[in-house]
Amino acid sequence: MRNALFIAIVVLAGTGGELAITHAMKQIGEVHHFTPRAILRVIARAFRLGWMWAGFGLMVLSFFALLALLSWADVSFVVPATALSYAVGAFGAKFLLGERVNATRWIGVFLVCFGVALVWAG
Amino acid sequence: MTAYKRLQRKTYVLLVLMVLFGSVGDVLLSKGMKQIGEVADWSFAGLSGVFVQVFTSPTIWLGISCLILFFVGYMLVLSWADFSYVLPATATSYAIVPLLGYLLLGEFVSSVRWTGVAFICLGVMLVGSTPPSTTGAQNPPAGKTP
Repeated sequence: MRNALFIAIVVLAGTGGELAITHAMKQIGEVHHFTPRAILRVIARAFRLGWMWAGFGLMVLSFFALLALLSWADVSFVVPATALSYAVGAFGAKFLLGERVNATRWIGVFLVCFGVALVWAG
Repeated sequence: MTAYKRLQRKTYVLLVLMVLFGSVGDVLLSKGMKQIGEVADWSFAGLSGVFVQVFTSPTIWLGISCLILFFVGYMLVLSWADFSYVLPATATSYAIVPLLGYLLLGEFVSSVRWTGVAFICLGVMLVGSTPPSTTGAQNPPAGKTP
C-alpha cells in the first residue's frame, strides 16, 4: 500500500511537473539562438513564469518521493514501476497539452515503457 | 534546407546532448556516492559529515553540472518539440547504460536486459519517425502528415 502510494506520487508529480514545464516553455516559444547569452536569457524568462515554478516544485516532490521509496524498496522494483511515467506522460501530453499522438507514437511509447521495465527487472 | 528539416535536425542534436549529459551525470553521481559509502550514522553529526563530503566531492559536482546541462537542454527542446516526443527519446539513456557497461566494463548483461534494450531502441526509433512538433506552427511538409 505504501509502495503504491509512493509510486503514484513519483509518477504523477514527476509527469505533472514535466507537463507544467512543457507548458511554460511553449509560452516562451521556439528558441532559435543557442549562444550562452541567449540561452541564459531564455532560462531567466522561463523562471519568471508561474508554470515553470509549479513544474519545478512538482519535480522536486517527485524526486524526494523517489528517494524515500528507494530507502526501503529495491531498485529492480522501483524503476520498472516508474516506467509507467512514459505512458502517463503521453496521455497527459494528448489531453492536457493538445499534442497529436498518432498510432506510431503510441506504439513507440509503449515499447519504451516495456523496454525500461525489462532492463531494470532483468 | 526546409524549415521542417532544420527543426528536426536541431531536435536530434539537442536530444543526443541530453542523453549524453543525462547518462554521464547519473554515472558520476552514483560513482561519487559510492566513494563516500553507505550512510551508516544517521545522527546530526553523521549526516553533516556526509553533507560536507558530498559537496566537496569533485565527482559529484561534475555529475551535478552534467545534470544541469541536461535540464537546460530539456527546457530548450521543449520550447518547440512535443513532450510526447521528447520523453520517450530520453529513455535512450536506459539502453545506453547497459550497453556501455557491456562494451567498456565487460559487465554481464542478461538476455532479459538485452530484450529491454531492443524494445527501447525500437520504441525510440518509432517515436523519432513522427513529427517532433504537432502543436506549433512548424508542421511537416504536405504529403508527410502523420
